[in-house]
Parts: sequence; C-alpha cells; structure tokens
Amino acid sequence: MKENSLAMKNPTARTGSAQTGWGAWKAGKSLLAYLLAFVYLIPVIVLILTSFKTQIQIMEKGFGWFFMPTLMNYTNVLWEQGFFRYMINSLVVGLASTFFTLIIGGFASYAIVRFNFIGRGTISFGTLLLRMIPPAVLVVPIYVLWTYFGLADTRLGLTIIYIGLNLPFTIWVLISFISEVPVELEEAAVVDGCGPWKIFFQVILPLIKPGLAAAAIFTFRISWNEFILALVLTNRMTRTLPVATTIYLTDTGIEWGNITAMGTLVALPAIIFTFLAAKQLIAGLTAGAVKG
Amino acid sequence: MAQQRLFRGVTPYLFVAPAVFVLAFTCLYPVIKGFELSFFDWSLGTPIESRKYIGWENFLWAVTDPTLYNSIKVTLIFTACSVAAELFLGLLIAFLLEKGLKGLALLRTAFIIPIMIAPVVVGLLWRYLFDANFGLINYVVSLLGLQPKVWLGTPGWALPAVIITDIWQWTPFMFILFLAGLQSLPKDPVEAAHVDGATTWQVIRHVKLPLLAPVIWVAVILRIIDAFRSLEVMYIMTFGGPGRETEVLSLHIYKTAFTAQRLGLAAVNAIFLLAFIFLLSMAFLILVRPAFAKK
Repeated sequence: MKENSLAMKNPTARTGSAQTGWGAWKAGKSLLAYLLAFVYLIPVIVLILTSFKTQIQIMEKGFGWFFMPTLMNYTNVLWEQGFFRYMINSLVVGLASTFFTLIIGGFASYAIVRFNFIGRGTISFGTLLLRMIPPAVLVVPIYVLWTYFGLADTRLGLTIIYIGLNLPFTIWVLISFISEVPVELEEAAVVDGCGPWKIFFQVILPLIKPGLAAAAIFTFRISWNEFILALVLTNRMTRTLPVATTIYLTDTGIEWGNITAMGTLVALPAIIFTFLAAKQLIAGLTAGAVKG
Repeated sequence: MAQQRLFRGVTPYLFVAPAVFVLAFTCLYPVIKGFELSFFDWSLGTPIESRKYIGWENFLWAVTDPTLYNSIKVTLIFTACSVAAELFLGLLIAFLLEKGLKGLALLRTAFIIPIMIAPVVVGLLWRYLFDANFGLINYVVSLLGLQPKVWLGTPGWALPAVIITDIWQWTPFMFILFLAGLQSLPKDPVEAAHVDGATTWQVIRHVKLPLLAPVIWVAVILRIIDAFRSLEVMYIMTFGGPGRETEVLSLHIYKTAFTAQRLGLAAVNAIFLLAFIFLLSMAFLILVRPAFAKK
C-alpha cells in the first residue's frame, strides 16, 4: 500500500534508468567501502609486514610488499629484553583492573539506576565529571602520593589507579544497560524473598552480559594501552608492555624491525578483540552518545 | 523512563561505597593534592621534607612563562584542526556509505582497529611512516617527483604530521557514532521529504543534519576533551619537538615535572589544563543535556 502511494505521488522515482543508476551506485559504494577499508589499514599492514623484515630489507629503497619473511625480530624481542615479565605485568594489571572495575562499577550503576537515596544525583553527576580528568593532571600528584604510600613501582599501585580511571566510563555504559532491564523481574524476585545482593548477582548480572562484555573490553584496552602513568609508576620489574616498547626508541639509529615486532605484539589483543567482538565495541562506543 | 526504586535505607550506600571510595582515592584526592603541591618548590627525586612553601610564586612564574602559552597554543591548534577534519570526514563517509551495502560490516571492523590500538603503537607506527629515510610517506612523495622531507624534524611540518596521525586514528570514532545516529533516525521525515521531491543533498542538509545534531554535539565535545588529554602520540613521534612545536599542554606538564623536575610548577600547569577541561565539561552538560531532554 505504502509503496503504491509513494510511486503514485512521485512517478519519476522508480523509472528504469534511475534504477540501473541506483544499482551501479550501490555496487560502486560497496567497492568504495572495501577500498576505503584497505587504504585505511595500510599503516597497520605496513607495521605488521615490517616486523617480518630483516634490517637490510627495511633499509632497501622503496617499500617492499613482497619479501622473504623472517622471525628474527620476534626472537630478538621475545628473548632478549625481559619481554615475558612485561607481558605478565600487563596481563595481571589489565585483568585485575578489569575484574574489579566491573564489580565495583556494576554495584554503583545498579544503585544509581534502581535505588533512591540522598546523594544519588551528586554521585552520578560527579562520576560524569571525573570521566573528563586528563591523566596528565593526575600524573604528578599520583606519582607523589603513590611514592608516599609505597604503591609506586608495584603492580597493585598501577591496578588501583586503572580501576579509578575506568570506573566512570564503565558506570556510564552499565547504567544504560541496567535501565533497560524490566523492573518487574526484580519485583518478582523480591516477592520470592530475594535480597538486593542476590538480585544483583542472580537477576541483573546475567541480563546485562552484553554491557559487561563491552565494558570489559574497553577497560582492558585502557589498562593494556595506558602509557604515561605506567611510565612514571613502574620500574624495571613492574614495567608494562607500552612502556617497554619505548625502550627501543633511541635517538640514534632506531631498529625498526624490533620496534615494529614489539608494536605488533602490543597491538595483537586489540586486533583480535576487534574481529571477535566488533558488535560489542560499537555498542560500547555509541552507548550514551546515541541512545542518550 | 519510569524507574521504580526497590530498596531504601543503608543498602544503596553499601552498593555505591566501593566506587565512591576508589574514585575519591584515585581522582579526587590527587586533584586536591595537586592544588596543594602548586604552592611548593620541590624538585623531583628529593625527599618530601625538602620541599619549600613559596606561596603563589609558581603561579606568577606560570603566567609569564612563554612555554606555557606556547603549549596552550599548540593544544588549541592541534585540537581545532584534528576535530574539525574528523568531523568533516566522519560526516562525509557516514552519508556516503549510509544505506545497506555489503562492505559496511567489514569497513566498520577495519575502522575500529585504529581506535583500539595503543596510542604508543600508533605513535611509533606513524613515526616510521614519516621517517625521513625508510618511511612510506617519503617514498610516495619521491614517486610523485616531490622533495622528500625530514617531516618530524622540520619546523612547520611536525604539527601537521601529528594532526594527520590523530585524524587517522579518530575519524572512525566520528563515523561510527554518526552511522549509529543515522540508523536510529525516525524514517518518516526523510521519506516525506523524498516524496515532496527534495534532492538527496536537500534531505541531508535540511532533514538529516538537524536530526543528527545531538549526536554531532556529543561526538565533537567528546573528541575535544580527548584531544586535550592526548600526549602519547606526541611523546613518541616528536617528544614535543622540533623546539616546542608539538608540545601540547599535557606533554608540557609531563616535561615540567619529569624533565625539568619542577613538581610545583607542573602542578600549576595541570591546574590550567584542569580549568580548560572543566569549562569544556560544563559546555558539554549545558549544550548536550537539553538536546537529549527534547528527544
């Protein structure tokens, strides 16, 4: 019916020639999208290709797209510079901060959405403001305080600050997911005699799994990627991967093979997450901004 | 949406207590401590007892410090250029590729990768691309018959290089937000405009853009705030150089504290950054919240 009335009001809209033109544009658009995707990823492809080149291949004039790959850079990076220690530091700090951010943030979001209490407005507003604080503002006082408390140069100290950095965003995302849970489910649980904690763990958490997944990926990404606080708050033993990467950046003669291998290894989780969970990532990126 | 609240009394406070405690300890307390620090003369690496109370002297130094003004100028140029370009390109790609096409899922996936990758890796990757001897960019430039350059070491070229890097990394963020916004637009106004014989451009200009405005505001302000926060890419690509041409305010704070080793002065510079961010956040809340309330 609707199609019909549309065609009647605008008879020129669906003529033959217009249709083939539209079809061609559509096909062209798909091509454009593929082309754009490829061009966009050229820098990443260059990074990965370079990591499999020898120093001589890198120094060749022009950029070689086809070459005999070598694993030499990776063996250099993996075995010579304490790589595994740094990787374990990054993993421990990343996983621990993600876990605690989700639990603590989940509690807070649930209270903000479902509970009525004095200070509720202040807390949700304050969380929004804290999200804006730049790490550079925190870096000096945190360095001073963490040194004073004995938290500097420890993985615990880094984990604590990462929980704080990630909480505002996590609370923001989880609030939008929890408010979509029908409150009747919780009321039914109350009738069945469930307390608030039991409801949170057994009713709410299972229902907001997509939100938790999005928040977890973003939290882990921030902790895994964070540089400036890790640079200031870690030493040789507790250093994380991004900080370790900069060791290869010297003013005199950068070994691009090694550093691109290191960069590829640091970027690997991000690339894997992107292909596994593109949908959750988009949900996380657009949460709050588009839905309101 | 109607929210019923189930529990009262002390329970809500138990739920929010851990978050409030962590945020107070990791964000609020350090910010207050930063204000306190700004009144002291204290060199990095010396014990806390050796710090000296000097009143407003750090502030007086800062307001006459050309390097602070330079870093503010660099931050503003960097932010304005990158965010404007990202906004334009993001809108352009979103409108071009808006409706159901095959490559869209792949393109979106490809677009998320730069956002997900560590800024440190983005920095070293583009430092390699811009490298004077081995970089892909100089190779392309020489293929075009132009003069290769030491991009990151030549005055006037380093900041554009850093801006291009930021545009590469963050245009996808705009695009993804706009695409999601376009897909959630009400169908009726757009169809009505088409029926009335409006051209595609007219529909975009007079129907879609106004409807998309709230999303555009959010995206722009979030990106501005993020641009004020970024320093890793400059740290890796140029460390603020040549001279101080790419020394954004965030990097200036870091260098004041950990290169010049003046903790008190760095704390004052941090207050300037905080003031900028505070004003932007206020703009965010005032401009954006009413737009949502109307929806």
